Amino acid sequence: MTENTPDFTRDELMEVNAARALAGAKTCFVGIGLPSTAANLARATVNPGLVLIYESGTIGSKPTRLPLSIGDGELAETADSVVPVPEMFNYWLQGGRIDVGFLGAAQVDRYANINTTIVDRGPDKPEGRLPGAGGAPEIASNCGQVLMVLRHSTRNFVRKLDFVTTMGHGGGPGDRTKLGMPGAGPVAVITDLGILRPDPATAELVLTELHPDVTVEQVRAATGWELTVADTVGTTEPPTPDELAALRALKAAGKDA
Amino acid sequence: MADIRSLHDAVADLIHDGDTVAMEGFTHLIPYAAAHEVIRQGITDLTLVRMTPDVVYDQLIGAGLVRKLVFSWGGNPGVGSLHRFRDAVENGWPRPLEVDEHSHAGMANRYVAGASKLPFAVLRGYRGSDIPTRTDTISTVTCPFTGEELAAVAALNPDVTVIHAQQADRAGNVQLWGLTGVQKEAALAATRVLVTVEEIVEELEPRPGGIVLPTWVIDAVSVVPGGAHPSYASGYSVRDNGFYQAWDPIARDREAFTRWIEENVRRRTERTEKAAVR
Repeated sequence: MTENTPDFTRDELMEVNAARALAGAKTCFVGIGLPSTAANLARATVNPGLVLIYESGTIGSKPTRLPLSIGDGELAETADSVVPVPEMFNYWLQGGRIDVGFLGAAQVDRYANINTTIVDRGPDKPEGRLPGAGGAPEIASNCGQVLMVLRHSTRNFVRKLDFVTTMGHGGGPGDRTKLGMPGAGPVAVITDLGILRPDPATAELVLTELHPDVTVEQVRAATGWELTVADTVGTTEPPTPDELAALRALKAAGKDA
Repeated sequence: MADIRSLHDAVADLIHDGDTVAMEGFTHLIPYAAAHEVIRQGITDLTLVRMTPDVVYDQLIGAGLVRKLVFSWGGNPGVGSLHRFRDAVENGWPRPLEVDEHSHAGMANRYVAGASKLPFAVLRGYRGSDIPTRTDTISTVTCPFTGEELAAVAALNPDVTVIHAQQADRAGNVQLWGLTGVQKEAALAATRVLVTVEEIVEELEPRPGGIVLPTWVIDAVSVVPGGAHPSYASGYSVRDNGFYQAWDPIARDREAFTRWIEENVRRRTERTEKAAVR
């Protein structure tokens, strides 16, 4: 690193801000990948008491390294309780006992709906296959609120989803209530460029914060719809040395496993 | 009552061409050795059921034995795509693959209905999702007490469920512990049940959170130490994350995949495969 470059990456900015979003949460249903990084970093920094819940059945996992899968042995060995999968989805998730659902996504639209099923690759080409729903539709419906974390590009932030796997705010305000969804739905989408939050009046995602040294124009260029920008756009605090040290330690321990 | 028998004979007797087969184990206790025996015996035209198809079904699909997949999340956890699954769905290689796709909550409840011998299960699910437009196994039902509209998912009753467990006793009672996933439901939903185990013990010692399946709900128990590799058996092995990462480039390439299956599964016997794992 030279003196002029900051000593952290865009991905680290995203991960640190995703972890900060979990300050004050009691329980978090954790998706694998970036959400798991964020949730584990939150436990190491802003929220040591956060109860991590993984769909493999672990409640209160306390891993010391980042798990590769949602079913790594350490998640079960360090858990307060391990429950069968039907119980996890029926009693704990559908039972309304989880504050925050933390999800990643392949495609997101302006109402924070998610596609992880198929992508249209144009005429005469077969649909591109993505992994599918996993737990996301019911996590997004039943958790008290939803956080999302993904990298920002026009490939991911699209005007129209090829398929709605998981509903965020549907077609606008009131749609969740109409469908009887218990939770508030997506409240923030944290990316490597900044943070988007749904406008309380329109439910449309609005750029509310930029990461240091990122411009509004960069975010607009990476978004597939005409992005609305908040009247006052904040700037996220740079990662602290403690946050960076904790993040890098988690990742290094994960690689050694 | 479960017979304790060789994996070869148990697979040959219990799994047939055209069967609907569930090989369950949520990341933990995935019955890889049994799947490899299915590949060696060339049992084909299968409908495979699994919440997370994982590398184990990537192998069966790439080997050309699968007609239809019933699932809820088809990726290589923490690594990326299941390339053989994608190639089959996108390009029909080595044969077209029909899919019946759900969410995890939907799949878990389908097994619960199957084990309960009910025709369907209800959940507050799939709201606002396009998933129900692509399957005839999701519908809605109105609660007779509250009038709430709920999702209804058709029961899953596999012809055969295959699971891996840590231990059995000589009578064929089986115990598994750690992440126990949907194995109890998948086993009780099925017509026939095959369990591979790490070892036979004189007496099953109760384990916290453990599940005991009595011998009279199981057809066959086969002793296959390491039979979950590269998945794992808590108390016996750890997940071989290195294998899951190494699988990605193998599965990306049709020839590399075919060579891998030939060398590591088809040309091996159950015994030599076991030796290679250890």
